[in-house]
Amino acid sequence: MLLRRNHDLTMAEAARGPGGSRVDLVLVAAMVERGSRVLDVGCGDGELLRLLAEARNVDGRGIELSREGVNECVAKGLAVIQGDADTDLADYPDDAFDYVILSQTLQATRQPRAVLEHMLRIGRHAIVSFPNFGHWRIRLQILLGGQMPQTDNLPYAWYESPNIHFCTIKDFRQLCGVAGAKMKKAVALNPWGKPLRLTAPWWFWNLFGEQAVFLLSRKPESKGQ
Amino acid sequence: MVEAQVLTRDFSERVREAEHPHSAVVRFDADRPLRLDAGVDLSPFQIAYQTYGTLNAQRSNAVLICHALTGDQHVANVHPVTGKPGWWETMVGPGKPIDTERYFVICPNVVGGCMGTTGPSSIDPRNGCPWGLDFPVITIRDMVRAQAMLLDHLGIESLFSVAGGSMGGMQVVQWAASYPERVFSALPIATGTRHSAQNIAFHEVGRQAVMADPEWRHGRYLVEGSSPQRGLAVARMGAHITYLSDAALHRKFGRKFQDRNNPTFSFDADFEVESYLRYQGSTFVERFDANSYLYLTRAMDYFDLAADYDGVLAKAFKGTTTRFCVISFTSDWLFPTSESRAIVHALNAGSARVSFAEITTDKGHDAFLLEEPELLAIVRGFLDSAGKARGL
Repeated sequence: MLLRRNHDLTMAEAARGPGGSRVDLVLVAAMVERGSRVLDVGCGDGELLRLLAEARNVDGRGIELSREGVNECVAKGLAVIQGDADTDLADYPDDAFDYVILSQTLQATRQPRAVLEHMLRIGRHAIVSFPNFGHWRIRLQILLGGQMPQTDNLPYAWYESPNIHFCTIKDFRQLCGVAGAKMKKAVALNPWGKPLRLTAPWWFWNLFGEQAVFLLSRKPESKGQ
Repeated sequence: MVEAQVLTRDFSERVREAEHPHSAVVRFDADRPLRLDAGVDLSPFQIAYQTYGTLNAQRSNAVLICHALTGDQHVANVHPVTGKPGWWETMVGPGKPIDTERYFVICPNVVGGCMGTTGPSSIDPRNGCPWGLDFPVITIRDMVRAQAMLLDHLGIESLFSVAGGSMGGMQVVQWAASYPERVFSALPIATGTRHSAQNIAFHEVGRQAVMADPEWRHGRYLVEGSSPQRGLAVARMGAHITYLSDAALHRKFGRKFQDRNNPTFSFDADFEVESYLRYQGSTFVERFDANSYLYLTRAMDYFDLAADYDGVLAKAFKGTTTRFCVISFTSDWLFPTSESRAIVHALNAGSARVSFAEITTDKGHDAFLLEEPELLAIVRGFLDSAGKARGL
């Protein structure tokens, strides 16, 4: 089963051709059960939804803030609506989805905690991927350069960045505690998109992980790992 | 004398198109009355409709197109009265987003209309005269109920899609609420689930313009051989402004003069925009019945889908498996995006499969009828993906 899954994902990834650098999407997709119902919050141009539909046969929906992104998705036949994670998640009923995914969007929300709580309410699981602000290169830029960091993944100057709520892996783990989320799985990726060793301690992830992906569930219902 | 002849011709042509239209007609006799929301039966009655393409063997590729207030069944063919192209030829036809080579497209004239489906200009069987104001007031739900009877007659159990803009979109959401099991996918465009106070107000102005025309004769103009053309033209002119936008009017006409360089210091149509509106008014009255205008605007005013479901719109779509694609336009102030968003919220509450796109345009409400590449791409993509799910 595991082999087959990886095979499917590799195929789907290969189908995107060279330059498909969104390793995090493939990682996220690998956390999603085949044939499940998925809501992708901040789905962009629908790349993850398409990947999930092709490789995972999921019944996917998306919310996207940008009008261009939405229209592109709908024209591709994806079920996507124009909306805002900060305001529109409240409209969804409890347990409407198996997974609610927030991919590289958490840091752009106004109320990350409320968004995460809604995700855990709407979905049986939540999957969150985000850039780790605790990565050593970012720390170094502040420490030595004395300025807000800019990297390949986070290329914006502070005054025009849509990213208003950066966090580190350590910060996010704290948020999970506050929001009543149980961590079921976590992966940190180095700048080359390779997962860091699972056995590595959290401080190591926080220092060397450029981004992280967490699979969460609501605490009372969680069986833990 | 000349005017009298024109009016007589107008009368006979209008009644002829209402009774014997240039379309297929199905007649429902006394055994199959249309039960109206007003509490009366309409019987006998008939529905005029156009079809395009071929129904497949599984009868699974039928698309119902619902027309807007002043539209009719001639969605993708030359109009028999005006000689103009069909009103949605950008959208419907061979190779178009609603592809008549893949889908069997049906477009009926609504109940209360004047192009062959029974309406106020049809003959009242009780006295052999046009119904006029004796015609019962109809609702959007009545229109949809009649369309369902047409589909029963055609042997179409389930529609691949129902599509329409404006009043057509109202019928689409009513279809999805009344017959969810018969609607595989739905495309409500530039519409809402209820008419706003502002829209009712605009309609009332239009109706008053018609009724203020002495030629209207309390709705008996067809019997008395007159024609409230001026009133209907004014109604159309007013309504037409609401279909556009300030930006579109400015872009198209600005303050440009019509065939002159200076104002005439009179009340001639000095401005291009005046001339345009007068033209819109005058061409409209050639093809539309004044009483139909009253009845159809009333049907839109009465529309409030949530009211039938304890005021909770989400209940109208509870448990639906229909795939929705809701579309609005940024400059549409008649059915602003907030109206579409209300539909989307209601559908989300039931975690229905819904897409929603707001298209950036300055063309106002009428954008749904125009060559809008993004609209066409979205409809095509939505139907392609729904078609895959349907095995088409």
